[in-house]
Amino acid sequence: MTETVLEEKKVDEKWEPKIIAFLCNWCSYAGADLAGVSRIQYPPNIRIVRVPCSGRVNPYFIIKSLTDGWDGVVISGCHPGDCHYISGNLVARRRFAILKELLEFFGIEPGRVNFMWASAAEGERFAVLIRKATKIVKQLGPNTKFQKEWC
Amino acid sequence: MGIETSNKEITNSIRENAKKLLSEDQVDVIIGYSQGTVPLSSTPIIIRKEEDVDKLIWNNLCYINLARYLAPLMPQLCDSERKPLRIGIVAKGCVARAVNVLAAEKQVDLNKIKMIGFNCNGIINRSKIDQEIGEKEMLDVAISGDDIIVKGRDWEKKFPYNQYINELCKVCQVKMPSATETSCVGECQELDSIHDEFSDITDFESKSADEKWAYIKDLLQVCTLCYSCRQACPVCYCNLCFVDQNKPIWFGKTTEYQDIFTFHLVRAQHLAGRCVACGACSSVCPVGIDLNFITRKLEKIVKNRFDYTSGLNAETVPPMMDFKMNDAQEFMLEED
Repeated sequence: MTETVLEEKKVDEKWEPKIIAFLCNWCSYAGADLAGVSRIQYPPNIRIVRVPCSGRVNPYFIIKSLTDGWDGVVISGCHPGDCHYISGNLVARRRFAILKELLEFFGIEPGRVNFMWASAAEGERFAVLIRKATKIVKQLGPNTKFQKEWC
Repeated sequence: MGIETSNKEITNSIRENAKKLLSEDQVDVIIGYSQGTVPLSSTPIIIRKEEDVDKLIWNNLCYINLARYLAPLMPQLCDSERKPLRIGIVAKGCVARAVNVLAAEKQVDLNKIKMIGFNCNGIINRSKIDQEIGEKEMLDVAISGDDIIVKGRDWEKKFPYNQYINELCKVCQVKMPSATETSCVGECQELDSIHDEFSDITDFESKSADEKWAYIKDLLQVCTLCYSCRQACPVCYCNLCFVDQNKPIWFGKTTEYQDIFTFHLVRAQHLAGRCVACGACSSVCPVGIDLNFITRKLEKIVKNRFDYTSGLNAETVPPMMDFKMNDAQEFMLEED
């Protein structure tokens, strides 16, 4: 039954993905803010969670988001070398590298989880990358594999 | 040389070295293996006196990784003031690797540990034998020549050793402790790097996402979340595991496959660059899940990305405790 629902959803052009975005307080959150005040359009599919640093993002947040029914996850932090806490994003990068390969190994489409760097001055870049991430997740369709049934 | 004779030789060398360590007062306690109470098993034993060394054995059922008892330190391994005793540990290659990982993570003091090294000849895959025997009752397991002989009330079955050895042991490159002479008695060697092929999982990686998902779901759906794998793992030493936290309650407690997947994914993530490929987790799994399949992949990721093999020495900083400015970031989203 779930498979037929999936098929129906895929052809449904009105379907819009829901994406949770973990943005670092110092760069990407400010970047998103800049995109907003500069009136740059980006898809309204993302819901932003502000975190102190991309190093704060526990891999479990990402997996939990998927089981809780989000179609995609975006994690964005400062460019390497620009971290407010000096090395938080560098530590996070190693973690994400492993998580991404693990998810792929488990058969979860790697495109559902997207990592990006965007600084506070890059409102335009932030919008472009969010557009790209939304497009990727939209192509993948709804997250039916990993979602709990009651969601 | 048959497996039987090589087991005897290893047992003798372990006993000899253990006796020497105790009589020369180099260690206070020795952790080793002793005969198990049921077939297809062995039991860890802690000995303090010289006359007890004959209880130590080696056979191909010693699947438990003894480094498990070092962090957090068992009360039996502390003195009355809760200070760690000097410990001797019977170390096959993967036990020594785990000790090195714990030392690199500053969980144990290598100066207080003496490894009793030997050249390990592999561990039997218990679940494979269990499956073949089915529901018949096993009464005795013995090794004669190169065969494993399982006996029941009125039946007997022979298993050729080299077919029923753990998959991990077949590709194992660290058979004896990778340690220096100062921390190890008996056989040991110093290794800088090992050449590991990972041909066993490359086929799987080329499959499509749906095929992988179906296979992994099939593999893991029998998991009952008993956490035996966590308990047996020598490098899982958190005071409070993420699955046990209840403020806030992080982890779903159902046995729906999403929760099972979450557990195994996060467990794998926590073991990245730390797993020592001892196979204890899959040996203790009561439902016979081949967890090595996941840990092998982890080893591969870490080897390819960070060119690191865990537990070869205690000095190199483990990759997940470290970072470099120019780490590969090809997976990051970039503008077109």
